[in-house]
Amino acid sequence: MLDSIQAIIDRLFAPEILLTASIVLLLLFFKYRKFCTQNKWMIMLILGGPVVYFALSAFEENFWIQFSKPDNLPITLMLWLVIFFVWLAMRKGVENDERVAAGMPVAEDTKEQKEKVFVWPDLIYIEFLMLLAVFIGILVWSILIPAPLEEPANPQLTPNPSKAPWYFLGLQEILVYFDPWLAGVVIPSLIVIGLMALPYIDPNPRGNGYYTFSERRYEIPIFLFGFLILWILLVFQGTFLRGPNWNFYGPYEYWDVHKIVPLTNVQLSEYIWARLLGVGLPAFWLVREIFGIILLLMYFVALPVLLARKWFNKFYVQMGAVRYGIAVFLFLMMVFVPIKMYLRWMINLKYFVALPEFFFNI
Amino acid sequence: MGRIKNSFNELTRSSMWKSVFRHKLPRDDKNRALAILTNVFFHLHPVRIRKQGVRISYTWCMGGLSFFLFLVLTVTGILLMFYYRPTTQHAYPDMLDLSESATLGLMREMHRWSAHLMIITVWLHMLRVFLTGSYKPPREFNWVVGVVLMVLTLLLSFTGYLLPWDQLAMWAVTVGSNMARATPFMGVEGPGAQLMQLGNVPLITAGSDVRFVLLAGRFVGEGALLRFYVLHCIGIPFVFVLLLAVHFWRVRRDGGISGPGKGGPLPL
Ligand code: HEM
Ligand code: HEM
Repeated sequence: MLDSIQAIIDRLFAPEILLTASIVLLLLFFKYRKFCTQNKWMIMLILGGPVVYFALSAFEENFWIQFSKPDNLPITLMLWLVIFFVWLAMRKGVENDERVAAGMPVAEDTKEQKEKVFVWPDLIYIEFLMLLAVFIGILVWSILIPAPLEEPANPQLTPNPSKAPWYFLGLQEILVYFDPWLAGVVIPSLIVIGLMALPYIDPNPRGNGYYTFSERRYEIPIFLFGFLILWILLVFQGTFLRGPNWNFYGPYEYWDVHKIVPLTNVQLSEYIWARLLGVGLPAFWLVREIFGIILLLMYFVALPVLLARKWFNKFYVQMGAVRYGIAVFLFLMMVFVPIKMYLRWMINLKYFVALPEFFFNI
Repeated sequence: MGRIKNSFNELTRSSMWKSVFRHKLPRDDKNRALAILTNVFFHLHPVRIRKQGVRISYTWCMGGLSFFLFLVLTVTGILLMFYYRPTTQHAYPDMLDLSESATLGLMREMHRWSAHLMIITVWLHMLRVFLTGSYKPPREFNWVVGVVLMVLTLLLSFTGYLLPWDQLAMWAVTVGSNMARATPFMGVEGPGAQLMQLGNVPLITAGSDVRFVLLAGRFVGEGALLRFYVLHCIGIPFVFVLLLAVHFWRVRRDGGISGPGKGGPLPL
């Protein structure tokens, strides 16, 4: 009984199911935000559910091995904190939206809240207590859990799995689907550039200085999709669900070094030339990869134009061509990551464009 | 009790006390204001502030906690520097000694766990700033400064990760720095690297690409350890503190903590 439940849960944590389920849950959370933040049972489920799940699972041997690694503890803590704070912000956002709808000022803008207080003592005390609490927390944590120290560094002996530091594991996870020049260089750079550009490409002046959802219904879902799904979730997955050879292992699965996962990835060029048209691969690279190149050009060049004419027209008019172009490129790039993942899962697609001659694979 | 109070009052009347604290005990409004204004650390804050901005549920305290953790990291880091020698010969044994010598032993734990925690608080701080829309005018630039601070935090943690010189450290940094090999135009295995030629001599080789510059060698060894150590203890903290000053200054200059009706560009 317990075994089969564990087997089912192991299966549910497979990357394709985990990603899909997370996206669906996030969308449901947005749609039923009032219910999720105000219903007593939902609150218990959202905030207590993960705790109960981790507490129960900790009795399982393989789960415990990963969960109890000293470096993994902060990640568990982070998962809960992220859930809590997203939930809290949404709760306050929903409240404010209701107040606005009823013609009242938002909760941060009431007469009482607008009053000024003295920084000493009102703020200094809060800061001081917070620091003290965190400092005691660190002290206790440091006394209870020694910092790990493994065998001395040995260039001859590669550990399996070799993992980057935990905060980069989202990127290492993307490395499954993209070549290093994208996953390790271009995508992280675009994340940083995109974050920096955010204040300048966000055309919405509303929702400045208070929690809200209704007034920012495009920005918040897009940002949270990137932050929660493409960053936090992938960090979680890379930490707890990726074992030797970077294979997927369920939370209750033993990290067996000999687990064999068949690799049958196919290039787009092969799909089209060999399987669809029934001819051999052309020798000249430009001809060979022409379909992939056209596809990518359509995605990154034609699609923005199309969107500007139709669904995103509002933004195009509001933002002007340059700002719109940058924003849409960043957005499409972000969506490109899960698209490639799904194509890998569904048709084993390896690369859209494969030019190993130039180390240029997309 | 009365006697302690008396001698404390005596003390606050002494000229030495008055030379340090240029205000009376903050029991009335005037002295509460002076307590903030006459203290170089407190005067990061304004004297008075809107109630809404003080609430934990508004800022989640995450910016302040990131700063505090940075201070903890600096103090514990300096103490660690007394014990730690960044050479392949000494680094690992120094780590072992540290865990056995009780007096400073806890420093390593505190440094490592605070480092992990700081990354979490910085991410949550960014989340809160986003969700309150506090990056909107006039605070756009401070958000940009914040993003750079976050990148620096990650780099500090990444460079520090190598220093214990154990298997975990070395291979984590190997995995991370291998990415640099694929940098377009500047890594040996990056797209466009073959184009970088002078006549027939390739400019980008395993001995001259960005990874080599980062590691001071073809693999993570002696040179990389020293380079990471200097960056970790001096280079990055230096830039970090500079930007932190800008960040805090801008919070004040941009009109204090964000709040409803405090948006829109400030008059020049
Ligand atoms: C944001 C700030 C910082 C972060 C995130 C950070 C992070 C780290 C990390 C993750 C380690 C590895 C710890 C371990 O394995 O035990 C480390 C080690 C070290 N750090 Fe830092 N650090 C920071 C600031 C500093 C500063 C300012 C100094 C020096 C003044 C410093 C000095 C050291 C030293 C000497 C070590 C080697 C000892 C050891 O590994 O335990 N750190 N740091
Ligand atoms: C090492 C990291 C950082 C430290 C120590 C730090 C510290 C602080 C502090 C103490 C505040 C005052 C308000 C508060 O606590 O929320 C603040 C505000 C702010 N921070 Fe940061 N921060 C850091 C990183 C970031 C990052 C990563 C971002 C954004 C990507 C950011 C953007 C901002 C903005 C826009 C404000 C103004 C918010 C407002 O007025 O409501 N900071 N920061």
